[in-house]
Amino acid sequence: MPMTITEKILAEHAHAETVVPGQMIKARVDLILANDITAPLAIEQFRKTGRGAVFDRDKIVFVLDHFAPNKDIMSAEQCRTVREFAREQRLTNYFEGGEMGVEHALLPEKGLVKPGQVIIGADSHTCTYGALGAFATGVGSTDVAAAMISGETWFRVPESIKFIVSGHFRPWVGGKDLILHIIGDIGVDGALYRAMEFSGEVISRLCMSDRLSMANMAIEAGAKCGIMPPDEVTRAYLNQRLPSSDQGRFIQSDQGAGYAETKEYCVSDLEPQVAFPHSPENVHAISRIGRIAINQAVIGSCTNGRLEDLEVAARVLNGRRADPSVRLIIIPATPWIYEQALRRGYLETFIKAHAIISPPTCGPCLGGHMGILAKGERAIATTNRNFVGRMGHPESEVYLASPAIAAASAVAGYICGPEEIEVKDKP
Amino acid sequence: MKGHCWKYGADINTDFIIAGRYLNTTDPRLLAGHCMEDLDPQFSRRVKAGDIMLADKNFGCGSSREHAPLALKAAGIACVIAKSFARIFYRNAFNLGLPLLVCPEAYDACDSGDEMEISLQTGVIHNLTKGRSFRAEPIPEFMQQIIRSGGLMQYVTETDQGKSNQH
Repeated sequence: MPMTITEKILAEHAHAETVVPGQMIKARVDLILANDITAPLAIEQFRKTGRGAVFDRDKIVFVLDHFAPNKDIMSAEQCRTVREFAREQRLTNYFEGGEMGVEHALLPEKGLVKPGQVIIGADSHTCTYGALGAFATGVGSTDVAAAMISGETWFRVPESIKFIVSGHFRPWVGGKDLILHIIGDIGVDGALYRAMEFSGEVISRLCMSDRLSMANMAIEAGAKCGIMPPDEVTRAYLNQRLPSSDQGRFIQSDQGAGYAETKEYCVSDLEPQVAFPHSPENVHAISRIGRIAINQAVIGSCTNGRLEDLEVAARVLNGRRADPSVRLIIIPATPWIYEQALRRGYLETFIKAHAIISPPTCGPCLGGHMGILAKGERAIATTNRNFVGRMGHPESEVYLASPAIAAASAVAGYICGPEEIEVKDKP
Repeated sequence: MKGHCWKYGADINTDFIIAGRYLNTTDPRLLAGHCMEDLDPQFSRRVKAGDIMLADKNFGCGSSREHAPLALKAAGIACVIAKSFARIFYRNAFNLGLPLLVCPEAYDACDSGDEMEISLQTGVIHNLTKGRSFRAEPIPEFMQQIIRSGGLMQYVTETDQGKSNQH
């Protein structure tokens, strides 16, 4: 029976010949993730069972990225709980301090994510790893605790929606704009409980960084996972990190596999997209938004804190300065990205542009620290959510866009694209 | 179970249920004190143990934070009824022993303050104030067992002990 990539991966991990949408399965997991917010609850639940050891110390990844560097005493206590557990269980993949990066940028970069894997994480943006052709989905702390014991979890096999994307991007338009456009089209529950499978010529040409940005936001449409067929781009990305004998399984959807829906998009006329408060589905093309003054611009996060994102920001900011009314915060997502940005001169460009360069952290994205908004303030951010109070005061506002738009907006003082500030050096 | 109803709209996200700035603790009492704060600042002071939450589509969307169902449960909410639930929240709530019912008709016909009586076994919801009844989608049997055990970890531990007793 023909199956989608999602169904094939799940069948393999459930030791079944085939699975069908709606079926409840118990599946082996290859990687389990938690962070400084979600791991403490998972550890509490793990302790309740009286178990001594996790099922496999190589398959559990803890990253202290959300409220780190510790924002207050309570966060410091939570981080300590996770640190002590990681030491006690001798976890191989424990990241904090100068080895820590924003988890969904860090794990692929470290070669921990491989095509064909099943990955669960106590963080909703775990779906990011679908960019590499893995089945990856967010769960809660208790599911993580149970899987840390058994190495398994239960799933309802999702139906899939196929997104076929054709055309050519205009300058300054890319993966972030496409995923915002799709969420604007289908809504925040448009893919509820389903797998979003992205394919077509545009996806094939898309760099891994943009693929990761797109899969990252599948959850904003309610999806269980976002997934892309692994190909030569995937291979090239893995070749930089893993020996060719250890690059996972490149699984493709079968001809004739069943989809709940197929949706086609052409990007040739797509403008840069901006999601207005207070929902990622509240998406508008940049030419139609009017003049929206901002107080802060944030470039970073698991959605857009990778080197390619900083490269775009540097191109826009080169020789320019943030408007004095705007606090521009740039957050390289991992230490490696930070170092590369330093070597390539991006950090110098940012400093000259009067940007604040933050250490890797989720920080302001979830209203944690390092860039909180006051009452009535407005931010443009390359992050993934713009819910009420997401970046600070309940009466502040967050607009979501790409790094190009965030950087240009910081210079202009209002939301706009690089053309508005006459950036000539197009990507 | 019987309690008064708190009615909210569509796409109630987990940031509304418990804002990111309060995630520096796992203490249920502290979380309950800030539950629904950015949407309804009165909620945490006025909610009573056993009350029922009613919401439109996609309740619990957004973050995977289990602090959300933990905060609702600690605040006293005994059950959430919605037109639909976001999937991570759905798992998390049952895993912590907070039952959820899918019932669009109940949402459309009930209001805040109505007194409701619910049977989880049958999925029947009585609105005692309005004298009307609704039938929710039944909860799968194994999820009812999780609720009876008080959560997934208790359920896993019990079934594990059950297995070892049989040996």
